[in-house]
Amino acid sequence: MASIRTGYYVREGVSSIFTHGFMSFASVFIIVACLIIMGSFSLLAVNVNKIIGEFENENVILAYVGEGISVEEARALKSDIEAVPNVKSAQFTSREEAMETFISKFDDKTRFENIDASVLRHRFSIYVEDVADMAKTQIYIRDIPGIAKVNANLLIAKGFVTIRNIVSGVSVVLVAVLLIISLFIMSNTIKLATFERREEIAIMKMVGATNAFIRWPFAFEGFILGLLGSLFAFLAQWGLYLVVSEAIINNGTFGSTGFLHTIPFSHVALPLFIVFIAIGFGVGIIGSNTAIRKYLKV
Amino acid sequence: MVHLQDVFKTYPNGSKALKGVSFDLAPGEFAFLVGPSGSGKSTIIRMLIGEVAPTEGAVVVSGFDMARIRAHKLPYLRRKIGVIFQDFRLIDKKTVYENVAFAMRAVGKSTKEIRARVPYVLNLVGLDEKSKSRPPELSGGEQQRVAIARALVNNPGLIIADEPTGNLDPARSLEIHTLLQKINELGTTVLVVTHEKSLVDEMSRRVIAIDGGRIISDRTGGYDSNGEY
Ligand SMILES: Nc1ncnc2c1ncn2[C@@H]1O[C@H](COP(=O)(O)OP(=O)(O)OP(=O)(O)O)[C@@H](O)[C@H]1O
Ligand SMILES: [Mg+2]
Repeated sequence: MASIRTGYYVREGVSSIFTHGFMSFASVFIIVACLIIMGSFSLLAVNVNKIIGEFENENVILAYVGEGISVEEARALKSDIEAVPNVKSAQFTSREEAMETFISKFDDKTRFENIDASVLRHRFSIYVEDVADMAKTQIYIRDIPGIAKVNANLLIAKGFVTIRNIVSGVSVVLVAVLLIISLFIMSNTIKLATFERREEIAIMKMVGATNAFIRWPFAFEGFILGLLGSLFAFLAQWGLYLVVSEAIINNGTFGSTGFLHTIPFSHVALPLFIVFIAIGFGVGIIGSNTAIRKYLKV
Repeated sequence: MVHLQDVFKTYPNGSKALKGVSFDLAPGEFAFLVGPSGSGKSTIIRMLIGEVAPTEGAVVVSGFDMARIRAHKLPYLRRKIGVIFQDFRLIDKKTVYENVAFAMRAVGKSTKEIRARVPYVLNLVGLDEKSKSRPPELSGGEQQRVAIARALVNNPGLIIADEPTGNLDPARSLEIHTLLQKINELGTTVLVVTHEKSLVDEMSRRVIAIDGGRIISDRTGGYDSNGEY
């Protein structure tokens, strides 16, 4: 019995899609457009986050230990630094090690033979959890007794944080607006379908059809349209992503530095697919439900 | 089958359509419901199929208490009642067969059940020749017979007709009433609202007469009014 009915619901839903082909096409098109815009911004946000994440790993705070503090005393500051909120880790470098690293950068090592390591300071390279709070973290570290000076590239950190905030803010607003637009269009398509069939609906009610029985074909119609929209959108998004990543990598100024490289599509494909299908499905079902509600009274 | 006891109906706009109506229909009975325009006939019909609730009094149809029935139970009540209206209410783009089959599909019957039942009902109303025609290609009388076939197809215990012949000429009207009698003889309870006095007198069945929301006569063999109902 159940399978007979499901077959009936799907057949009715599909035939209704073709009865008003233009509106069906329009709603699929709108869903595709909305999903691609949503998807593009989300992918942008994901990529920006990744770049910021990489940058966070390179963006260290350098904290110099004061003069006249012994290596052992300096080393002991590590636990104080790591106790500061937002500090991920702190790595100690003694002045001698720093000197070696410094000298090793030059070809002519003899030039530095007479220079004593005491011109340099013991130091900590400090990695933070979130660059957004770097300014505050830096102040905390500076206030630790024994730390003389702190260096951090706050300007770059700030820039990245601003970009991230803008991208995620715009994404959230866009997703919300586009969801509402898709729901509206879907609801209107189904409303048209119910309007075309209002006589049939009235007769069905007269002969004793349950609301669920009347509603299901329209739910399937919305569901099929939503699903079609999300599948098309996924394929289109895939193509678009490949083209855009290629362009970024092959771009002279960015690509050659190796600094900007996008996340491979295969890494984001599954979550993107699930989200697209979920949205298409949700828009279809919710849209059709709001559309048909008023015909089911009495 | 049908039980009305001291039924009052006041519409939200204040119009008092029924002012204490009581009557019973036994299973297998045939009755006419007559009365002047605005007397409350359609209000009674709408109450029997659950479109309006009584303001006061008891209305019981096929075991369903219509004063208290819940919305989700209504479909199951309506499967026990076949309803016929003056304006046929057919789907023009569906064939006669599909129009009748539609009522079975709407209550979840399988294609197999539909194939077995629809031809039988179409034969009963004398339309087996026309099963592939569409309503606009049929006469009014034929269209009403399609509506009767649809009302019958789910095998309801009760058939309610609200002025089924209001749009038909006297000859077609007689045909329809003869058909409704035949259906009654096969065991279905039938309640027919009509304005056609001559026909009612001729058929000599139970006649419930209503005026101003009250029953003024309920007896077999016609109703002695001067002129039209
Ligand atoms: N939905 C409604 N809202 C308000 N008043 C209504 C409504 N339906 C009917 N009425 C009023 O109730 C009274 C009875 O109407 P009803 O339709 O039952 O009469 P009727 O006997 O069927 O008349 P007719 O022979 O013209 O069909 C009338 O006064 C009518 O104006
Ligand atoms: Mg009426």
